[in-house]
Amino acid sequence: MIPTPDLSHLTRDDYDRVYEPAEDTFILLDALEEDAEELRALRPRLSLEIGTGHQNKVWSMLPGYVLAALTHLQIPLESVTTYLAAPLLKRVHHAVDILIFNPPYVPTYDSESQEAQDGKDIRGSWAGGTDGMRITDILLECVDGLLSPRGRFYLVAVKENNIPELQRRMRELYDLESKIILQRRAGREHLHVICFMRNGRP
Amino acid sequence: MVRLITHNLLACHAKGCTTNNFPLQFKDVSIELREAEFNADFLKGLLPRIEWKALVDAARQLGDTSLPLEQPEMVDDEFLKNLHHVLLEMHIEEGAMVCPNCSHVYAISNGIPNMLLSEHEIA
Ligand SMILES: [Zn+2]
Repeated sequence: MIPTPDLSHLTRDDYDRVYEPAEDTFILLDALEEDAEELRALRPRLSLEIGTGHQNKVWSMLPGYVLAALTHLQIPLESVTTYLAAPLLKRVHHAVDILIFNPPYVPTYDSESQEAQDGKDIRGSWAGGTDGMRITDILLECVDGLLSPRGRFYLVAVKENNIPELQRRMRELYDLESKIILQRRAGREHLHVICFMRNGRP
Repeated sequence: MVRLITHNLLACHAKGCTTNNFPLQFKDVSIELREAEFNADFLKGLLPRIEWKALVDAARQLGDTSLPLEQPEMVDDEFLKNLHHVLLEMHIEEGAMVCPNCSHVYAISNGIPNMLLSEHEIA
């Protein structure tokens, strides 16, 4: 059991500026717990969790802490402020055992997503552009390069992201198989956590 | 919380900066030492993913000379203890990392490196 996060220390001001942990964070944590056995067996050396940069630091680190608890490993946790995985791509090749991405997935106009990223305002944590895939698409191109041979990639998505299409694309382009670990409705959102793995992995 | 385990994975990603952009050089850094739990298996598994020369150079830049210039073929306990200290117990709290190629400065504040670029610098 993972304890439910305690929100009591957040002030009203924080809620205005900071994306409070919501259903998308919780479904991600539940999915990791669901896969705890596989994650432990992986004996991960390097895990990468990409947040949206607008979350309170404590919340954006949460999947990392949960991962450490689940795998019973003292995984050293480090936080880096950056754009997706950009500064890691040169050095980290086929080396990430667990990759986690909770992207801005809400469909909006592309311009709104762009403005939100440039202006670094709170909309950046959800404004996802066309089909909600504008930011996710950029990361999907890097997944094959980042993931280790036995690596697992967990992605949060909503129905509007066209999940069957994105699963098909990852299989055809990169030979990455996937399955939906969890799905649930939360208000207007139909949330999914998808796990991608290499076909024919050792 | 910039530790050398992370520094060893970060390269400059400014527009057009693709060669000689690793490792980043430390500048005006302040370091804190904090004990971390020793895990020999974790370290052994990590070794193949470490760029050795970059790690040794960075450690020496920070004043730690405990690691050999060449990665030893046989790893003993003393070596692992030193590696553990260098990778996981030295925390760079403040300062900057500078690209050896384009001289871009990435600031470190409260232990978190800011690797963001402004729009005209993005590759
Ligand atoms: Zn550079």
